Amino acid sequence: MPSRVSLFVPCFVDQLTPEVGVDTVKLLRRLGYKVDFPEDQTCCGQPAFNTGYWSETRPCAEKFLRVFGDAEFVVCPSGSCTTMVRNFYPELLSSSPSRSEAIALGQRTFELSEFLVKIAGKIDVGATFPHNVTYHASCHGLRELGLRDEPRQLLLQVRGLKLLDMLRCDECCGFGGTFATKFSDISVAMGNSKADNIAVTGAEFVTATDSSCLLHLQGILNKRNLQVRTIHLASILAQERA
Amino acid sequence: MSATRAQRFLHDAAIKSADLVHREIIRHGIDSYDAAVLRGRARFKDWQSARRKCQQIKQDAINHLDKYLLQFEEKVIARGGHVFWAEDAEQACTYITHVAGQLGVRNVVKSKSMVTEEIHLSPALEKLGIKVWETDLGEFIVQLRNEPPYHIVTPAMHLNRHQISDLFSEKLGERISGDDPGQLVALARRKLRQAFFSAEMGISGANFIVADAGVIAISTNEGNGRLCTSVPRIHVVVTGIEKVVPRLEDLALFWPMLATSGTGQPITTYSTLIGGPRRPGEVDGPEEFHVVLVDNGRSKLLEDAEQREVLHCIRCGACLNICPVYRHIGGHAYGTTYPGPIGSVLTPHLNGLEQFKHLSYASSLCGACTSVCPVSIDLHHHLLHNRRNAVSQGKTNFAERMSFRAWRFVVLHPRIYRLAGWLGRTTLRLLYRLGLAGSILDPMRPWNRGRAPMPLPTESFRSRWRRHLAAN
Repeated sequence: MPSRVSLFVPCFVDQLTPEVGVDTVKLLRRLGYKVDFPEDQTCCGQPAFNTGYWSETRPCAEKFLRVFGDAEFVVCPSGSCTTMVRNFYPELLSSSPSRSEAIALGQRTFELSEFLVKIAGKIDVGATFPHNVTYHASCHGLRELGLRDEPRQLLLQVRGLKLLDMLRCDECCGFGGTFATKFSDISVAMGNSKADNIAVTGAEFVTATDSSCLLHLQGILNKRNLQVRTIHLASILAQERA
Repeated sequence: MSATRAQRFLHDAAIKSADLVHREIIRHGIDSYDAAVLRGRARFKDWQSARRKCQQIKQDAINHLDKYLLQFEEKVIARGGHVFWAEDAEQACTYITHVAGQLGVRNVVKSKSMVTEEIHLSPALEKLGIKVWETDLGEFIVQLRNEPPYHIVTPAMHLNRHQISDLFSEKLGERISGDDPGQLVALARRKLRQAFFSAEMGISGANFIVADAGVIAISTNEGNGRLCTSVPRIHVVVTGIEKVVPRLEDLALFWPMLATSGTGQPITTYSTLIGGPRRPGEVDGPEEFHVVLVDNGRSKLLEDAEQREVLHCIRCGACLNICPVYRHIGGHAYGTTYPGPIGSVLTPHLNGLEQFKHLSYASSLCGACTSVCPVSIDLHHHLLHNRRNAVSQGKTNFAERMSFRAWRFVVLHPRIYRLAGWLGRTTLRLLYRLGLAGSILDPMRPWNRGRAPMPLPTESFRSRWRRHLAAN
C-alpha cells in the first residue's frame, strides 16, 4: 500500500468546485496518506481532445506527463479526467516517444473511489453522513474505467447514510463537455429526465464521482426549484462524525 | 449546405427534446423493449463471449469481402439468379427500374429494407408510375404519412394507436371506430393482401448474405417478407455489400443475436433463406431472382483501417434504443437514413463529413451504444475519431480553432491559467450580480439557457491549497 499520493485536481474542480479538492485532501490525509499537489498542473486536455483538437491537446498531455512523471500514485476526484489520462493519452500520443510513459502513468492514475477500493483496500473510510442519498453513475467512470460497484460499496459503509436506488442511474445526465453548450437543448432535456429520476427517489442528495455531471445537474435542479442538492462522493466520504 | 444541415438538426432536435408527449411515447416503447432484451440476453450462457464471437466472424467477413461476395455470386448465378454490383445509389436504382420497366411492372410490394431507403428506391420507381407498397406494418404506416422510418427496426415507434387509427381512417377510406389494435391490423392486412396478389415485383433487403451457401437470410415477424419474396413473378434483393457472414452455420449465432438485440426475441418469427428463382418442379417462388449488391461508399469505408469495423453492423437498432440522445430527439431529427449512434458514425462516410460532422458532436460520448452493440463496434470512439478528422481536415469554424489555440496557450502556462481562471470567475460574478446571467453579454449564455448559473467561488482550489493545505 502506498503512503504518498499526488493529487490531480481537474480544472473545473479547481475553478468551480474547489471544496471537492479540499475534501479529497482531507479524506486521503485522514486515511494516513501524505498528499502532494504539483502546482504546475492545469488541465488534462479533455475539452480540446473531445472536440477533435488532438494536435492542440498533445503538448498539454506531454506537460501532464512531466508534472506527474515522478508520482508513485496519482489520485483524481473525477472518472472522466482519469479516463483521459489512462485510456486516451496512449491513443493521443500513439506516434510520440512519450507513448510508453503515458501508458505507465495511466496505470498509476486512479479515480478516487477506484483508488480507495482497489488500491487502498478501504471500503469503510470512517465517514458519517446521516442523509438520504441517491447515486448517479457517471459515464466515463462506469463504462471507460469499469467502475460499477466501487462508489456504491463506499457509500454503503457511510454511517447514517441511506442509499436510495434511482431508475436508469447509469443513463447519461447530458453533460458531455462541450456537448452541454453546443447542443444545450438536448443536454438540458437529458438533464431534466435525470432530474425527474432523482426527484422520485425522495433523496436529499444526489452524488456522483464527477463534478462536471453534478454542476450540470445542480444547474437544472436549481432552475426547476427542486430541493435536491448535488454533492461529490469525496465530500460525503470526507464527512466525519459531528 | 453544411450550415443548413446542422442548423436544421439543431432546430428539429430542440423541438423534439422539448416535446414531452413524444418523449413519453418513446419511453413507453423503449421501456418494453428494454425489459424484453434483458430477458433475451439472460437466455445466453455468456452474452459477452457471444458478442466477441460475432465480432470475430464479422472481422473475417469484412476483411475478405472480395472472396465471400464472389463465392455468393457464383452460387446464385448457378441457380439461375442475376447479381448486379451497384457502385452507388444511382446505379442500383437504374438497374432495378430497368428490370421493372422491361417486364412491365405496375405494382411493387416491399418488405422492410433500410438500404432501399438509403438509395431512395421508392421515389425512383414511383417516378415511372409504379405503385410501391410498403408491407411491413410500421413501414406501411410511415409510408401513409409520407415520412421516412423513424427507427431502423421499428419504423413507426413514434406513433401511438390513436394516431394510427386517425391515419388509417383518413388515408384508407374506411372509418374505424376506436383504436383497437386488432381492428387496425386487420384493416392493414386486408389492404396489403390485395397488394401482394397484384404485384409483379417483390423487393426485399437481406439481413445476411451467406457466402458458402450462396443464399440471403431474412428475419421478419409479420410474414410479409415471405409473401413479398414468393408471390410476385420477380424478386429483387437489395443489400449492402457488408451484410456477409462466411458460413451457413454462422446464422446459428447471428440469428439469435440479431433478434435478441433488435426486439428481445430468441429468434424472429420467420427466418427465411433464399438462393435463387423457382426451380423446375417447385410450386412457388419467383420466376426471376435478382440480387443488387450496393456499395454506395462502403468500399471507401473499408479502406479506413480505423473505422472499417463500422461495416460489422447488423442493423439491430440496439444502439438507438439505449442512446439518451436518440431517446430525447427521436429518429427524424437526425435527418439521415440511419439515425442514432450508428447513423452518426456511418453517415459522414456515406454522405460526407462536411455535411454531417455535426452528428458526431451531437453526443455526450457516454458510451452506452458501445456497451450494447452485439458485434462490439466501438461506436462512441468512432464519433470521437470523426471529430478529430473534421478538425484535421479543416472543417471546423475559425472562431473555434482560434479559441482552442488560445486554450492551449493558457493551459501550458500555469500562471496565466491561474490568472485567466480568476479573471473569468470575477467577471462572471460581476455580470451575474448585475442580473445579466443568460443575457447577450453572458459568455456562459448557452449554459444558462435551461440551467441556473454555476457557483463561482472566490477562491480556486490551488489558492486554498497554498493558503491552508500545503503546509500540513
